[in-house]
Amino acid sequence: MDTLVIQTLNSIFYAAVLFLIAAGLSLIYGVMRIVNLAHGTLYALGAYVSAWAVGTVFGATAAGNIVLAGQLLLLPLGALAIAAVGAVIEPTLLRPLYRRPEEYVLLITFGLLMILEDVMKLLFGGTPLSAGSIMDSMGSVRIGSLLYPSYNLVVISVGIMAAIGLWWFIYRTRFGIILRATSQDRRMASALGLNVGRVYVQAFAIGCFMAGLGGAVIVPAQAAVLGMGVDALILAFVVIVIGGLGSLEGALVGALIVGFVRTAGIQFFAEIELAVLYLIAAAVLLVRPTGLFGKA
Amino acid sequence: MPAARTGPSLLMVLVVALPVIAALAVLPRLVDLYQTELLIYGLTFAIAALGFNLLLGYTGLLSFGHSAYFGMGAYTVAFIVRDLHVQSMELCILGGLLSTLVISALFGYVCVRHTRIFFGILTLALSQVLWSLAFKFFWVTGGTDGIRVPRTGVTLLAGLIDFKGSGSYQKFVYAYYYYVLGLFVLATVIMWVIVHSPFGKALQAIRDNEIRAAFVGIRVRRYRWLAFVISGCFTGLAGVLWVPLNGLTTPEILYWPFSGEIVFMTVLGGFRTFAGPIVGAIAFNYLKVYAVASSQYWQMVLGCVLVVLVMLLPTGIVGTLARLAAKLRRG
Repeated sequence: MDTLVIQTLNSIFYAAVLFLIAAGLSLIYGVMRIVNLAHGTLYALGAYVSAWAVGTVFGATAAGNIVLAGQLLLLPLGALAIAAVGAVIEPTLLRPLYRRPEEYVLLITFGLLMILEDVMKLLFGGTPLSAGSIMDSMGSVRIGSLLYPSYNLVVISVGIMAAIGLWWFIYRTRFGIILRATSQDRRMASALGLNVGRVYVQAFAIGCFMAGLGGAVIVPAQAAVLGMGVDALILAFVVIVIGGLGSLEGALVGALIVGFVRTAGIQFFAEIELAVLYLIAAAVLLVRPTGLFGKA
Repeated sequence: MPAARTGPSLLMVLVVALPVIAALAVLPRLVDLYQTELLIYGLTFAIAALGFNLLLGYTGLLSFGHSAYFGMGAYTVAFIVRDLHVQSMELCILGGLLSTLVISALFGYVCVRHTRIFFGILTLALSQVLWSLAFKFFWVTGGTDGIRVPRTGVTLLAGLIDFKGSGSYQKFVYAYYYYVLGLFVLATVIMWVIVHSPFGKALQAIRDNEIRAAFVGIRVRRYRWLAFVISGCFTGLAGVLWVPLNGLTTPEILYWPFSGEIVFMTVLGGFRTFAGPIVGAIAFNYLKVYAVASSQYWQMVLGCVLVVLVMLLPTGIVGTLARLAAKLRRG
């Protein structure tokens, strides 16, 4: 029973991080029809920036409640940095290509992936970077006879808050209406006087912010390593393919499905755990190309 | 009915192709062993890119999962050599082609139900199924260590040439160079015939306007499927030829960034031309080797090249040269 609770929490923890990454990817696709292959690498970069910020401001040995609060407050720095990177990338690299076939945009994001992978190596070196001090100083909570790290619960709540926040933002604010209008019909939105260029750069920056936030929350639990972004991108793809490209609800449900299947997979069928995820994605694409929540 | 001729005539093609083949044939006498080896790599990648471009350039489908077929060919050879103790390269090629035929027919059957971005993601997802299997079933595939395929373990031309004893490395590079060159020329000729056949024209019609093509009576999905299978087999052949040269096959060649590299090669050369992928693959191979040798940040170098290429030279090397030539001719 306790194990079941822990495994469920693990699944939700995993789903929360995946949701953050996938929601950003999905938002960018939904508004701009761009599949950003560098998205996973932006997530990794966010993880590095956060770990670096926490590590340099506070020594690894620091402890105490004020220090802990400070460290937690430093974590979102990674997300903000990535949003800034996104706000630079969109106007300089992507905007000139919108008139060309979509293959070119895809390729440029692949080039960006290669560049950013090495930027991380250049800035942070080859050794893994961790903000484990947060995880350690937060201790753990008792669940039945077992212990569970408290920090994981923080991540889960960040995921939930992000889901609610994004939903509110997209469906209840003026900017959300503009975003959805642009997503549905770019020309019409432009004809109605919306500054589509500005909407694009904002949407891209928000999407990147989500990727960076994913990296920021994961880094106290898992060290940032080179190559983590390439792995994460494919899982984020699986999530949005299952849920439906460009759908927020889809990203949430997809992340939960992937989270639970992954936890079950590690437990019961470790060898084919990843293969099963890709096959689910392929099967969904076959049966419902637009995903569970996508609109045609 | 004499078909309206488009593109270069056979004579023109021979005028260009024969000197190139002749130059490639004498090259090992002029350059050192290492350069010859690099060129073999370039030629194998050229076969892969040539196959890939049947989908991108001629059918209008961007596959982001061609690593699957390259890797399938490579792993099949590794299994044949390790488990069946077969040494003949010809049998390896046969086996590799057969396995890529099966897997690309299967994947293709699924993938051609979609086009555009969905096609790309579907090919990507399916290729990653193979990657994760190669990665996780380490007792079969060796996991990340991969499988070694020593060059002493293979023989060419039904056992006529083997590579045991002293000086075998040199012998291998020279013999294997001509072996790969021969197959490369054969593959190029076959691809040339395919894209200039009525079938190839039909693919281009599908690329340009799917609905019109369907109204003309072309069975769009079946043609795409056939193109997919042919494309996969070419890339599979490249994987087969690559293994003895590399001496090792690892899950990395099944991982999706390698698919990206195949796309990169093709765009570098220019996917709107027949020769583009060939030039692009050979150029990419040199670019990557020298970037890796000169800097630990070689990925950044390659990434920058790709970004500049897409921004400034979207028609690739061959497309740009052709445009320059046309401009010069006009004066």
